[in-house]
Amino acid sequence: MHEIEKQMNWIYEPWPWYVSGPLIALVMFLLLIIGKKFGMSSNLRTMCTICGAGKTVDFFKFDWRAQRWNLIVVLGVIIGGFIAENYLSNTIAVDLNPKVVTDLQAKGFNNVGNGYMPDMLFSNDVFTDPKGLAILIIGGFLVGFGARYAGGCTSGHAISGLSDLQLPSLIAVVGFFVGGLTMIHLIFPLIF
Amino acid sequence: MRTIIYLAIGIFFGIILFKSEAASWFRIYEMFQFASFHMYGIIGSAVGLGIIAVQLIKRFRVNSIYGEKINIAPKEKSFSRYIFGGIIFGLGWALAGACPGPMFVLAGAGYLPILIVIAASIGGTFLYGLFKNKLPH
Repeated sequence: MHEIEKQMNWIYEPWPWYVSGPLIALVMFLLLIIGKKFGMSSNLRTMCTICGAGKTVDFFKFDWRAQRWNLIVVLGVIIGGFIAENYLSNTIAVDLNPKVVTDLQAKGFNNVGNGYMPDMLFSNDVFTDPKGLAILIIGGFLVGFGARYAGGCTSGHAISGLSDLQLPSLIAVVGFFVGGLTMIHLIFPLIF
Repeated sequence: MRTIIYLAIGIFFGIILFKSEAASWFRIYEMFQFASFHMYGIIGSAVGLGIIAVQLIKRFRVNSIYGEKINIAPKEKSFSRYIFGGIIFGLGWALAGACPGPMFVLAGAGYLPILIVIAASIGGTFLYGLFKNKLPH
């Protein structure tokens, strides 16, 4: 019994890339095999439609019920996050490269290496911090705008599109990295 | 029945995203610093196996479990929308440290400020729809 327990303990530790990556491929495969496709950001468009955006903008004028299945996947993702954090984790500390820890601490981040998300942006104190709020709002806005402009996000382009050897997806992923590197290396020094 | 399948796949995906730490802001920062192989390993191995899976589905004309043809539509050809949209997305991904899948994982994990990110991303999507015809595609 003890042996089995020991072997099962890895579930409660952070999962290595060679477990996580193949499992993400499996998720994409499962969706294809049930006749659907893997893409998260299109749900944001569906949510606009549900909120009534179709009345003013044609882009949102479609029968959202055709996308109901994907909203249920999103509901599952939310539940999955709850289960993983509360029942499947001994620790939620992320074991980062020590250089990154020092670097972020110098930028004023205080729980680097001890938490899953930076307190500076994701503790409830942020609700009264104008700078933190601005970062979350601008960040989210760019993600939503950019994902729809590019026609997909990390799941739709980086995983699904590249798996189908789509050149447009490669261009989009290059764009993701140009944007991400610009933010971290050129813009972060101005804001942190 | 189908609803349960969608829900189960979502739960499975949410757990993977959380446990892999792909939903951690810190991991995204570390990735863009090229300071760890972790995120590259996740995306690389997912794409590597994904290519094999998609090729097999196409080569053997695999049907879905409901017996319908699996249709993997090619992306429409363009350069500007993918590069401009991609760059805008990347700027936000690095700043908020979350893309559309992990956003919902973090909501479930109880990080309330992510709700602001989600609301803003819905706002960004709406604004794209509003200005779609004025943007180069």
